[in-house]
Amino acid sequence: MNKLELQRTANEVRKGIIEAVHAARAGHPGGSLSAADLFTYLYFEEMNIDPENPKMEDRDRFVLSKGHTAPGLYAALAIRGYFPKEDLKTLRHTGSYLQGHPDMKHIPGVDMSSGSLGQGISAAVGMALAGKMDKKNYRVYTLLGDGEIEEGQVWEAAMFAGHRKLDNLVVIVDNNGLQIDGPVDEVCSPYPIGDKFAAFNFHVISVADGNNFDQLKAAFDEARQTKGKPTAIVMKTVKGKGVSYMENNVDWHGKAPNDAEYAIAMEELEKAGEALWQK
Amino acid sequence: MAEVKKIATRESYGNALAKLGKKYSNLVVLDADLAGATKTSVFRKAFPERHIDCGIAESNMMGIAAGLSTTGKVPFASTFAMFAAGRAFEQVRNSIGYPHLNVKIGATHAGISVGEDGATHQCNEDIALMRTIPGMVVINPSDDVEAKAAVEAAYLHEGPVYLRFGRLAVPVINDNPDYKFEIGKGIVLREGKDVTIFATGLCVSASLEAAGKLAASGIEAKVINIHTIKPLDEELVIKSALETGLVVTVEEHSVIGGLGSAVCDVLSEKAPVRVKKIGIEDVFGESGPAAELLAKYGLDGDGIAAKIEEFVAGQSR
Repeated sequence: MNKLELQRTANEVRKGIIEAVHAARAGHPGGSLSAADLFTYLYFEEMNIDPENPKMEDRDRFVLSKGHTAPGLYAALAIRGYFPKEDLKTLRHTGSYLQGHPDMKHIPGVDMSSGSLGQGISAAVGMALAGKMDKKNYRVYTLLGDGEIEEGQVWEAAMFAGHRKLDNLVVIVDNNGLQIDGPVDEVCSPYPIGDKFAAFNFHVISVADGNNFDQLKAAFDEARQTKGKPTAIVMKTVKGKGVSYMENNVDWHGKAPNDAEYAIAMEELEKAGEALWQK
Repeated sequence: MAEVKKIATRESYGNALAKLGKKYSNLVVLDADLAGATKTSVFRKAFPERHIDCGIAESNMMGIAAGLSTTGKVPFASTFAMFAAGRAFEQVRNSIGYPHLNVKIGATHAGISVGEDGATHQCNEDIALMRTIPGMVVINPSDDVEAKAAVEAAYLHEGPVYLRFGRLAVPVINDNPDYKFEIGKGIVLREGKDVTIFATGLCVSASLEAAGKLAASGIEAKVINIHTIKPLDEELVIKSALETGLVVTVEEHSVIGGLGSAVCDVLSEKAPVRVKKIGIEDVFGESGPAAELLAKYGLDGDGIAAKIEEFVAGQSR
């Protein structure tokens, strides 16, 4: 996909997030929106996958370690063709397969159940290790929150990945700067993030704007060229990106818009979409 | 009389892994800096490329095992019971149990027979923790023969399995041609009409010893080896309870939540009889040689026999 197509797709992903979270009357829009461009880039450009064959043996894998942003992942998967887009409106409903956090047993395209913070990265490391042991070429991607990396298990996993030189692994940190209790540097600062991963023998790439596809492309291309080390991409993003009243507002970490707020959000995203189609 | 052969079930674990590694190329072993103690070092010697030392990071080890299993490997994640079931409980629940991944957890050094290391390393809570996880199989083998059979059965079972092994060398009691291990099937080792003893792990041989002592006092105890605590052999538990009317459970584990509780769960609903739970009372362990601790906490043959005698006598009063 070219940049414009990616932007249009990401806007559709954002609409899917708002639709899903609004219909669920619960969920996590802020961190889903900050990572919407990342989900789009991975599933529409970067990863070797097949929606017709979600369990294709040598596919690239993605683990959403920050599992609460499932609405973003689900919207990307639906638009990519893993399951019907209409199903997004069943998110978090009793009996729906679209669980509040990723569930690999029931959702096509989900490579790992996740959501208890700090655990997804370890599973991703296990997948990358298996790839190395079996001399496969697939790559493994995992997305973490900047609050999530306060979990100690993240650094156990990082130490192992660095030690084992898993250059088929890309750890992405969504540095939107906010966690439930406030700004990450006020709650319990994880900074400097890049230096920490570098200390664990990662190749570190800092992305100044993780909501910019040129910058994402440059980062993932560099990661692909990196040999002998796992890569950490620390991308600065805007929490709530794309919905004006949600942007950089911690209140929208884990809250659904009411009907009036939903209408405003969808109107903004429709307008953004129209502008992209006029380009 | 010849000296009874004694082998620690952790030795059996290491030996079984090394043997199975030859047969099954997708079997991989993980450890957390305890390979010499868990005996996965035996596997490492034979298959160094399939032995993954994760360092002292059990939570991460469970996650790595989960990730490996999604690619078709069958990982045996190995560490002490305290760290497998205790420290990494939530990783086992959420990263292995919830997605029902094909990961086997080899937990050694269970119970107070860890000995000198003391309470911090004596896990008397692991059976309770593991059996609450939906879909988890919990196996506590009684000797070398059973432990080896259990490791292969765990490999062949699709889904998560918790295997509990001990540090202390224990008598080999299942070395007979008729022995057959089947997940979820208890084994009657001795017939008796007065009381049924359901025992697990290293308490099985001690319970057989106790039954011999009880016979001398005129009490005929039926002894059943419950190597699989989950799924429990409900049919055998109910049938035996109805036959003898009195039930005793014996385990090197807290009386809260282990085999005793599992048996009571079934009997209270389906065949209410009096049950005496013998195990570690609601206390932490302490340092000391294993055999001395087992005696002090009433889990040797004499201790078990004394408690059962008192229990049986109490019923006829």
